[in-house]
Amino acid sequence: MSADFLYILEVILNGLMAGVMYSLVALGFVLIFKASGIFNYAQGVMALFAAMTLVGIQTGQIPFAHLINAIFGTEMHHFGWQVPAFLAIILTVGVMVLFAMIVEKYILHHLVNQEPIILFMATIGLAYFMEGFGDIMWGSDIKTMDVGIPSGGSLWLEEYTLGWAAEGERYWGMYIDKLDMVATLVAVILVVSLTLFSQYTKTGRALRAVADDHQAALSVGISLRAIWVIVWSIAGFVALVAGIMWGAKSGVQFSLSLIALKALPVLMLGGFTSIPGAIIGGLIIGVGEKLFEFAIGPMIGGATENWFAYVLALMFLVFRPQGLFGEKIIERV
Amino acid sequence: MFYRESGDFKKTYRDDSQTFPIKFDRRRYYVVMAIAFLVLPWFITDYIANAVMIPFLVWAIAALGLNILVGYCGQLSLGTGGFMAVGAYATYKLMTSFPGMDMFSVVLLSGFVTAFVGMIFGLPSLRIKGFYLAVATLAAQFFLVWLLNKVPWFYNYSASGQITAPERSMFGIIITGPYASPVTGYLFCLILAIGLAWVARNLTRGRLGRSWMAIRDMDIAAEIIGVNPLMAKLSAFAVSSFFVGVAGSLFFSVYLGAAEVTEAFSINVSFAVLFMVIIGGLGSIFGSFVGAAFMVLMPVLLKNILVGGLGWPTDLAAHLEFIIVGALIVIFLIVEPHGLAQMARVLKEKLRLWPFPH
Repeated sequence: MSADFLYILEVILNGLMAGVMYSLVALGFVLIFKASGIFNYAQGVMALFAAMTLVGIQTGQIPFAHLINAIFGTEMHHFGWQVPAFLAIILTVGVMVLFAMIVEKYILHHLVNQEPIILFMATIGLAYFMEGFGDIMWGSDIKTMDVGIPSGGSLWLEEYTLGWAAEGERYWGMYIDKLDMVATLVAVILVVSLTLFSQYTKTGRALRAVADDHQAALSVGISLRAIWVIVWSIAGFVALVAGIMWGAKSGVQFSLSLIALKALPVLMLGGFTSIPGAIIGGLIIGVGEKLFEFAIGPMIGGATENWFAYVLALMFLVFRPQGLFGEKIIERV
Repeated sequence: MFYRESGDFKKTYRDDSQTFPIKFDRRRYYVVMAIAFLVLPWFITDYIANAVMIPFLVWAIAALGLNILVGYCGQLSLGTGGFMAVGAYATYKLMTSFPGMDMFSVVLLSGFVTAFVGMIFGLPSLRIKGFYLAVATLAAQFFLVWLLNKVPWFYNYSASGQITAPERSMFGIIITGPYASPVTGYLFCLILAIGLAWVARNLTRGRLGRSWMAIRDMDIAAEIIGVNPLMAKLSAFAVSSFFVGVAGSLFFSVYLGAAEVTEAFSINVSFAVLFMVIIGGLGSIFGSFVGAAFMVLMPVLLKNILVGGLGWPTDLAAHLEFIIVGALIVIFLIVEPHGLAQMARVLKEKLRLWPFPH
C-alpha cells in the first residue's frame, strides 16, 4: 500500500473516533428530545459540570471554596483526601440525579405546555446558570482528569502498520490515541445498553410511551414527572461519560461546553429523534471534517473544523429537512 | 387617569395612524426625547457615556434587529454575532477605502452590505424550520467569523489581524478615532437608534410587518391567505440583518475603536442579544430597548457592587453574573414569557383604571 493511502486511512480512522466523541454528546440531546420534546442546549454544560464534579470529588476539593474565602477571608482549598475513581463516579452520578430532580421540580414543572422555543431558551438560561455555578463551586482553572483510562498513541498499532507501506517510502506507522479506542468501546456499550434498557424494561417502555404521546401515556398511568426525572438522570449519566472522555482527552475546562455546539450539526444530520442517527451523524461529521481539513484545509487557510460541520449540515438539510433518520415533519393547518 | 383616549379627537386619517395614538403616550415620548437630546449630553460623564449609554444604544439596535426576525417573523437565529462582524468589517473597509465619506453613509452602507449577507443565509429558512433553522444559523456565525479571520483583505493585511477605526467625522465633528468625545458618540448612536426604532415601529405595523406576523403564527396558513413566504422571510432576514449590521458597525467604530473578530463577535454575542430580546419581550420595539438596558446595566452594577463595594475578586463576580443571567432568563420564561414589555403593558392597563380598581 502507498503511504498516501495509509495517511488517508489514518485520517478517516481518526475522524471516526472524533465522530464517536461527538455522538456521545449528541446521545444526551436525543434522549431528552425524544422523551420531552425539549431541545436541551445545556447538555454540553452538563458534561462540563459532571466532569468538574468528578474531578472535584476525586481530589477532595472543598465546594464553593473560592466564594467562602472571599466572604470570610479564609484560606481553604482541599479536604486533604483522595477519593478512589470508582467511588467518585458513583457520587457524581448521584449529583447528576439530584440535578435532574431539581431541574424537573423548579424549571420543567413550571413550563409544561409552553412552546418548544420557550423551553429551548430556558435550557440556554440553564446552561448559563450551570456554567457559573460549576465555576463557583469548583473553580474555573483547567483541571486534569485521571480515572485510569489509558491515553497516548498506541505503539503496538504503530509498529504493526509500519510494515504496510511499500518499501522505501517514508512512513512511520499509524497514530491512533488509545483514549479514542476506549471511547469507541464505551460508546458501543452505552448505545447497546440504552437500547436494551428501552426495549426490555418496564421503565424503558414507559419512556417510549411518553415519547410517542404524552397524553396517552398519562392516561394509562405513567407519571410524566417521574419519567422526566429519569430521562434527565440518564442524560446526566451520558453527560458524565462524555465529560470523562473529553476531560481525559483535553482537560476539564470551559471549552468542553462548546463541544455541545458541535453536537448540534451531528443531530441535524442524524435527526433529532433517532439514537442510531446520533451515532451515524457523528461519524459522518467526524470523518467529513477531518478529510476536508486534510484535503482542502491547507488551500484555504486551515482551521476549517470550526465551521465545516455546520455548513455540511446546513446543505444537507436543504435537501432533507428532517435529517437522515428523523421522523418526517408533517404539518397541518 | 393616564393613557386615556378620551378627549383626544382625531380629525384626519393622518392623525389616526400616527405612531403614538394616545396623547399621554405622545407627550411622554417627547419628554424622553428632550431629556435624551438636550439634558443628558450636558450631564453625563465620559465614563457613563462610554460604559453605559453607547453600549446600551448599540445593543438596543442589535436587539431591535433580532426582535424583527425572532419576535415578529418567528425565525430563531443564533447568527447575530456573525452578522455584527460583517457590519463591523464592512465599516472598516469603507472607512479605509473612502476616507472622505461621512460616517452616516458609512454606517448605513455597512447595514446594506450586512442585509445582503443576511439574505443569503436566510435562504435555507425557506426549507428549514424551528430548531433546525436555529442550528443552521450557527453556520453563519462560525463561517463568517472564520472567513473574516482568514482572508487578510478584510483587515487590510494588518499583522495583528485587528481592525482599528481611523478618525472620521461628519459635518466637521469627529465621531470615531481616539480623539472623539464620548458625548458626540452618544449623540450619533442616539440619532441612529431613534431613527431605526421609528422605521422598525412603522414597518411592523404596516403590510410587511403583518405578513411577518402571519408567517410567525402559522406559515402554512399564511401562505394560504396569500402571504408570499419567500418575500416575507427574506425581507425579515434582510431588515433584521440591516439593523444588526448597523449595530455591529457602531459597536466597532464608535464603541470599541478596535476589534478582533474571534473575540468581539463570538457566539456569546449572539446569545447576549437573544437574551436581551427574551428579557425585553419578543415582538416589542420598546422591549428591545428595555432588554438592552437591562443586559448592559446589570454587569456594570454587579461589578461596581461586588468588586468595588465588597472587594471580591473579579472572576468570582463574573461567575456570579453568569448565574444571575441564567437564573433570570429561566425566571422570566416561567413568570412572564413575554418579557418586561408585557409587564409594562400590564402596568399601563392598571394606570388607565387607576385610582378605580374595576
